[in-house]
Amino acid sequence: MSQPDLLNPALQALALRRADDALVLGHRLSEWTGHAPMLEEEMALANLALDLIGQSRALYALAADLEGAGRDEDALAYLRTEREYSNLLLLELPRGDFAVTIVRQFLYASFVDRWWRAGMTSTDARLAAIAAKAEKETAYHVRHAAEWLIRLGDGTAESHSRAQHALDRLWAYTGEMFEPEDAELVAAGVCVDPPSLRLAWNHDVDAVLMAATLQRPRDGWMQTGGRLGQHTEHLGHMLAEMQHLQRSHPGAVW
Amino acid sequence: MSTPAIPLWEVFIRSRNGLSHRHVGSVHAADVTMALQAARDVYTRRGEGLSIWVVPSAAITASDPADKEMLFEPTASKIYRHPTFYDIPDEVGHM
Repeated sequence: MSQPDLLNPALQALALRRADDALVLGHRLSEWTGHAPMLEEEMALANLALDLIGQSRALYALAADLEGAGRDEDALAYLRTEREYSNLLLLELPRGDFAVTIVRQFLYASFVDRWWRAGMTSTDARLAAIAAKAEKETAYHVRHAAEWLIRLGDGTAESHSRAQHALDRLWAYTGEMFEPEDAELVAAGVCVDPPSLRLAWNHDVDAVLMAATLQRPRDGWMQTGGRLGQHTEHLGHMLAEMQHLQRSHPGAVW
Repeated sequence: MSTPAIPLWEVFIRSRNGLSHRHVGSVHAADVTMALQAARDVYTRRGEGLSIWVVPSAAITASDPADKEMLFEPTASKIYRHPTFYDIPDEVGHM
């Protein structure tokens, strides 16, 4: 990276966006603890959640370091408001039924696994190191969600209809994943530009949907705003629950 | 809250190269692919394994507990089968 200092604010914002993505989805998955349909899947969902929360910690630590304002990863996770969160809207939606959780996981993991894979060759060594660890985790997320989706779609009439319904409902939130990344970061080779992953994502998703006998919804109007802090009504409630301990008892530790 | 229709699988994990797979428990899963994933998610969360086997529990033939005396008690009196009556030369070292 030729002029790292000039890119630092952009890189900090990028780390924060990706950290918010991972934490918000990780928290949504963690909500299944105690409620999953079977013990085996409860463990699996908790494992996915812990992978994502671990990724968010690494990214928050990077963002905090670049910010240099004395905030740590906890401050970034627990003391920012909803408007300061820049996660994708798709990831903050309520966990829904099991089909919604699996469809969301599949749509997002299929994207972010490719994003991390490209990130392994980032010109920023810190981001490349996080990517190398995260990609192994998200590769399994893709596999796990895809296998479930195939069985839900090609399962009973009930599971098929729920999976199709979830797909139809979530599709309008997929466009946001492919919004362009900061142009200077892309030009400097720090990260890949999401639009360039679209074709590969289409290919991956179509193959699984076909195996699952599910109908791919048509690309229509897409939801947007998460990256600007304009969220659905659901994020505020989620953060209220997630942050209340740190806000009620600042600095509380185990 | 398991559904009886979901088959049971026995899980075997090999922890290191050179060791054998050991039985660690069982999982419910609809088919072999999901059984492997469930085994990974339930039994390898703390770095326990490098390889997983899953076997349909229904494929295991077990000895009848009622045969316990017939099958296993006769060995109790044959202590000479244990290699404890031989002097092992020091040069052999740890076996």
